[in-house]
Amino acid sequence: MSTPDTALTPASPTRVIILNPEDRRAERLSAFVRYTLLIVVGFIMLYPLLWLIGASFKSNAEIFNSIGFIPQEPTLDGYRKGWETSTPYTFGRFFWNTFLIILPKTVFTVISCALVAYGFARFEFRFKKLLFASLIATLLLPNVVTRVPQYILFRDLGWLDTYLPLWVPSAFAGDAFFVFMLVQFLRAIPRDMEEAARVDGANSFQTLIYIVVPMLIPALISVALFQFMWTMNDFLGPLIYLSSVESFPVSLALKLSIDTTEAFDWNRILAMSVLALLPALVVFFIAQRYFIEGISVGGVKG
Amino acid sequence: MESRFLGLAYLTPYIIGLLVFTMIPFLASLYLSFTDYTLINSPVWIGLENFRDLLDDRTFKRSLNVTLLYVFLTVPLKLAFALFIAVILNYRLRGIGLFRTAYYVPSILGGSIAIAVLWRYIFADAGLVNLVLTSIGLDPINWFGDPVNALFTLALLRTWQFGSAMVIFLAALQAVDKSLYEAAAIDGANKWHSFWHITMPLITPVIFFNLIMQMVQAFQEFNGPYVITGGGPLRSTYLLPLYIYDEAFKNFNMGYASAIAWVLFVIIMILTLVAFWSSKKWVYYAGDKRS
Repeated sequence: MSTPDTALTPASPTRVIILNPEDRRAERLSAFVRYTLLIVVGFIMLYPLLWLIGASFKSNAEIFNSIGFIPQEPTLDGYRKGWETSTPYTFGRFFWNTFLIILPKTVFTVISCALVAYGFARFEFRFKKLLFASLIATLLLPNVVTRVPQYILFRDLGWLDTYLPLWVPSAFAGDAFFVFMLVQFLRAIPRDMEEAARVDGANSFQTLIYIVVPMLIPALISVALFQFMWTMNDFLGPLIYLSSVESFPVSLALKLSIDTTEAFDWNRILAMSVLALLPALVVFFIAQRYFIEGISVGGVKG
Repeated sequence: MESRFLGLAYLTPYIIGLLVFTMIPFLASLYLSFTDYTLINSPVWIGLENFRDLLDDRTFKRSLNVTLLYVFLTVPLKLAFALFIAVILNYRLRGIGLFRTAYYVPSILGGSIAIAVLWRYIFADAGLVNLVLTSIGLDPINWFGDPVNALFTLALLRTWQFGSAMVIFLAALQAVDKSLYEAAAIDGANKWHSFWHITMPLITPVIFFNLIMQMVQAFQEFNGPYVITGGGPLRSTYLLPLYIYDEAFKNFNMGYASAIAWVLFVIIMILTLVAFWSSKKWVYYAGDKRS
């Protein structure tokens, strides 16, 4: 049985293969070609991000004149002016709003998805196959087809221009992908401990809390991180449901600042883009293991 | 032995959510597609009129063509890149983790509005790409003024985010049993043979998975065209989700918007079914090795 970790370790480097000199030369050449390719392609791919960071510290005049990413005369002008925005609010407000959307959404997602995944992975019941099939179907169902009635529903509930349409569906395991991912993780965890706990008289909920959840922590972290990223990046949801600038998250505020900023004041928008990307980047670099495991397990074992 | 309903009890949130936020809206949107509904009055049943209107709607035809072009361009390109880089990374390379991270970053950030903003500026007339072109002696290109170029910049943005598909490919490649390669080498197979006859068949399930997921996502692309091109020029990047958004949330033609959404849904479903049907011919499932 393969645990999430073994799928990620690189091809075993320990095996010793004895090559004749000619093969060794070919091997070295092909390694050289591979590295060169990886570095060149990687550089081209990441250069826009480097340029973005550099440009956010440049004056507008310099942005239009140099392709290098290191600013000649670094300035915080873009950050200072961008932060103020053309609205009565600063970006501080928009970051706070984003946080207000993300926190409940992530907590709701982790709790509801853990409960549902536990139900799927550890119990037998009627319609289980049908319900699991519905999970897969939801995974493939394009959101575009349910969006209009959802909007009408939230409107009738009087939830427009509040965060409720963004929060509430996640309390009902709204992201099938996470349930699916957790079910895959749970299937890979042996049940011995749980059975022992049950023999000792724990009920199924106690078993979940004291035995399953501690073992599932890495997967739950993956879920929380993915939800964090997705919500951070979510644009269409806030665009449809929020209309007051005072409740805008960063994504909407950024779009607003492109629309309201002078055509050649690039640096302030680029500066705010850097800030908008920063939380996601920091979280990714601190916890990238969880992302890669999550996506590998959720994807490969499917 | 516990109650047969215990499992269902744990599923309660999911079942409620499935009904309220997925099933009912799904059916409601089918119903709405046969109505005239502008949020002011109650929906009025008009039968097939929305769909008849779609047949004569030039914006819709244009939008549909552009969407299909976008999907058929970006999905193969993205998968090819993802697989190619994953195969290279799968050799015994030092620094594999570093490269994997570097290539994964764009797809982590890619959906962000900040990246769409970045794209808008690097392809602007005075943007980075044109600066590079002029510095090597080429003419600058009007990226957003020309229909083909504009769609190309959006396709490039999606392809740039091949990292997540690559990570999935890489995990699949690393799960291939190494002894198979050794056995093949003993039988005289070269690397190319091994790749085509061992690696490829074993990762076809993952190719299939990525193909479906990427296709479903590509059909729903919204942020890129909305922020970068606004659907222009000449509606050359006016993808169907943009049209649906405008109809539903700008013009409040909920009935017509639902009709377009259903056409899009049926197209996605047909293509998914075709993929599933064809998968019997090309997707190889090795025994029950994983479970």
